[in-house]
Amino acid sequence: MKTNDVILQTTTKLVFFIIFLFSIHIFFAGHYTPGGGFVGGLLTTGAIILLLLAFDLKTVQKALPFNFTIMTGIGLLLALGTASGSIFFNVPFFTHAFDDFTLPLFGVTSLHTAMIFDAGVFLVVVGSAITIIQSIGGDS
Amino acid sequence: MDFVLLIFLPIVAALFVPMLFRKLKGIHTGWFVLVVPVLLFGYYTTFLSTTMDGGHAISELQWIPSLGISFVSYIDGLSILFSLLITGIGALVVLYSIFYLDKNKEKLGNFYVYLLIFMTAMLGVVQSDNVISLYLFWELTSISSFLLIGYWFTRDRSRFGALKSMMITVFGGLMMLGGFILLGIMGGTFSIRELIAQSSTFINHEFFTLSLILILLGAFTKSAQFPFYIWLPDAMEAPTPVSAYLHSATMVKAGLYLVARFTPIFAVSEVWIWLVTGIGLLTLFWGSIFAVKQTDLKAILAFSTVSQLGLIMSLLGAGAITFHTNEAIFALAMFAALFHLINHATFKGSLFMIAGIVDHETGTRDIRKLGGLMSIMPISFTVAFIGSMSMAGLPPFNGFLSKEMFLDSMFALRDFSLFNFDTWGIVFPIVAWIASVFTFIYSFYFVFKTFAGKRKKEKLPLEPHEAPIGMLLSPIILASLVVVIFFIPNVVGKWLVKPAVMAVQPYEYAHPSEVAVTVSAWHGFASPALWMTVGVIIIGALLYLSLSKWQKIYSIQPDHLSLNAVYDATMTFSEKGMNRLSRFYMNGLIRTYLIYIFAFVSVITLSVLFIQDAFVVDMSSFTEVNSFGIINAIILVLGVIFILFSKTRLGAIIALGAVGYSVALFFVIFKAPDLALTQLVIETVSVALFLLAFQHLPKLSDHGETKRNKLANAIIALGVGVTVTLVALSAHSQKLISSISQYYIDTVKTEAGGGNIVNVILVDYRGFDTLFEIAVLSIAGIGVLGMIKLRLAKKEDSNENK
Repeated sequence: MKTNDVILQTTTKLVFFIIFLFSIHIFFAGHYTPGGGFVGGLLTTGAIILLLLAFDLKTVQKALPFNFTIMTGIGLLLALGTASGSIFFNVPFFTHAFDDFTLPLFGVTSLHTAMIFDAGVFLVVVGSAITIIQSIGGDS
Repeated sequence: MDFVLLIFLPIVAALFVPMLFRKLKGIHTGWFVLVVPVLLFGYYTTFLSTTMDGGHAISELQWIPSLGISFVSYIDGLSILFSLLITGIGALVVLYSIFYLDKNKEKLGNFYVYLLIFMTAMLGVVQSDNVISLYLFWELTSISSFLLIGYWFTRDRSRFGALKSMMITVFGGLMMLGGFILLGIMGGTFSIRELIAQSSTFINHEFFTLSLILILLGAFTKSAQFPFYIWLPDAMEAPTPVSAYLHSATMVKAGLYLVARFTPIFAVSEVWIWLVTGIGLLTLFWGSIFAVKQTDLKAILAFSTVSQLGLIMSLLGAGAITFHTNEAIFALAMFAALFHLINHATFKGSLFMIAGIVDHETGTRDIRKLGGLMSIMPISFTVAFIGSMSMAGLPPFNGFLSKEMFLDSMFALRDFSLFNFDTWGIVFPIVAWIASVFTFIYSFYFVFKTFAGKRKKEKLPLEPHEAPIGMLLSPIILASLVVVIFFIPNVVGKWLVKPAVMAVQPYEYAHPSEVAVTVSAWHGFASPALWMTVGVIIIGALLYLSLSKWQKIYSIQPDHLSLNAVYDATMTFSEKGMNRLSRFYMNGLIRTYLIYIFAFVSVITLSVLFIQDAFVVDMSSFTEVNSFGIINAIILVLGVIFILFSKTRLGAIIALGAVGYSVALFFVIFKAPDLALTQLVIETVSVALFLLAFQHLPKLSDHGETKRNKLANAIIALGVGVTVTLVALSAHSQKLISSISQYYIDTVKTEAGGGNIVNVILVDYRGFDTLFEIAVLSIAGIGVLGMIKLRLAKKEDSNENK
């Protein structure tokens, strides 16, 4: 039986980007307003799950040709690297650094090493969640 | 130079061994390895001038300063004696192994890596001043010994022997760690020097005797004392260079080192003197008697090593008596112990190497098949003869000197009046004398049954011939030392033994020259040791000549009444018993395990809550309930009830989602946007995941549960619910310590440069938590991937097989 899911697929194409952009926003805003790497990662995962529900696994894999297992590893390395980077500046493990910078277009922006750590969290959350979903969903 | 780093030189060199072995096939890897012990030996000899003056050298490398744990290389007379032994014999053994192990057939990479690890470990044991790092190196010797015994890991006997040695020595090591920690508690430091300095305050401490016994357990298991010696004969499955190195010259002497090192602390105790002397003598006696029973060349040597270790141990015990009396004879005992330790390393090392040569050249070590090799292997015979005669305690070999001193010391125990020694003391010289007779017999048995008599040509697997000169070199060097030491014992005494004696008995001597011992081969006719030796020779010779008549006595002892049988039974029992015990409660059903977990959590938490009277509810701290909250709570409860009574899984999943969303709504109501957001997304993702996995789940069934089962489950579920509720209410109603929230609010801007406390907690304040959480998440992801992919691969396999 072939189900007619034109409406779902068309909406998904649009909504996916909305959710994804929202997750990016939430990720960057996390240090000052609700959000952060964990929630951002979960939202992106949610967006991808929506894609998976609307289309099948193969199409999604073609559209998003990432190896999510490797993404997990990169995220973990990023987080660990940020945490251990402080050792080289002769401060205890996991000491973050931050300062305000004037950047073109953005104006005065606060940059924080915690963001790199958070990016690692983001990647790990997306990577492992999608790895789990792909392995379970792909097993039939 | 920080010579503490030199301890690690061998293990660092080990990193390059596999590469050298693979890339340079043409050259035997041993030649590169040989450089390490030779260099170290050369370097350590430079310390001799310091230690001869009673001085010492210290070099420290911090490891965990906050716990008082560091690597300290403390070189005094005792350490240098052992260090030279380790590197010197090490160099000779490596040289020997170059000819013993074939570079094309053997896995030399593995062999030399293990050997170098051992060298580091052993140097660490004898130089560490910190008991914790000493323990670390101690266990490392056990592990490298395990690897070396199991070097030919395809053989059953090798694996068995490796495991046996590991079980026994690691057991002892753990006991020793306990002893060390007790010492640390008593003295407030892990440094041996500092412990010795304040040892007089320990005597009446309640832990004193316990730590003494624990440390002795470590020493006795390592040095193969009765009844733990059983691992040593089985360790003979190792390649012969290893037996010569670890299991006669160095590792088994770590226990002796430990006893010597801790003598200043424990010598005051009666228990120490009785145990060390008594067990040592018993081991000497037992080992010498059973050595004659053996038919394998290496087994004879193994039992003789056990017995010689016992001899040195008993001397250490007798030497500790100097703490209580000033009689010069007991000063002699400590000197004799360390002197015999050197002598034993020389003659036993050479004998092991000869046993290896015989094995290598004839293809067998079975003494029943050997004989008459004297004319074919004259050099080997000469070396074996020198070694054996030294072991038997005959002049002009070094064993004679230390054996005489041993007999003198044991004879003197008769007159020691403290600790009931005057009642039992007479036993010591008698047992020592009998053991010496048997030592004489097995020494002759070893050398003459192999080399003298008629050849039994038809039984040898290989056509025997003399070994290559490279292989003979090491045993020849050791054998010449055996002779040389006999003629210059006082030089050896001055350079090596006296500084070591001083290190063992710092309370007695301020300078090595105060150790008033002069070794001489002739003490005059009045010396009791002389007549005991004469007796040993006469009785020993008679018994050796009639050996074939009485050797059968040994078969009287049935196999199932031996210590080995005890070990085997313990191993089987623990394996089977533990298996049965696990099977008893591990039935393989996740629901059972969940029941255990939940039942215990709720019972323990609830009882603690009520015993500590911690259950307090402060109604005033509650927030007011509004109508949104009430409606939301009703939805939540309805959702839960729906899950409980849902007939289909799909319905339950959707209801579970509803429960999650209403929890998220609570977060919204109570103004926790971060939590609400996360909860919402998590619910979405997990419901989606459930839907994905839905088709794989088995049909909802009752798993054959009875009404009683269900009732029990309901009680446990209720218990968990009540526990969580009570904990939450009590935790909210009373704060033992003031909340940390204010600190976060105050510092979020200044310290962390952020605005959202929740996220700053995640990435900064409690970043460790997050780091480990994402690590766990990754492991979970990879775990799921692995399990499913592996299952898929299996499925494909079975399809192919069809």
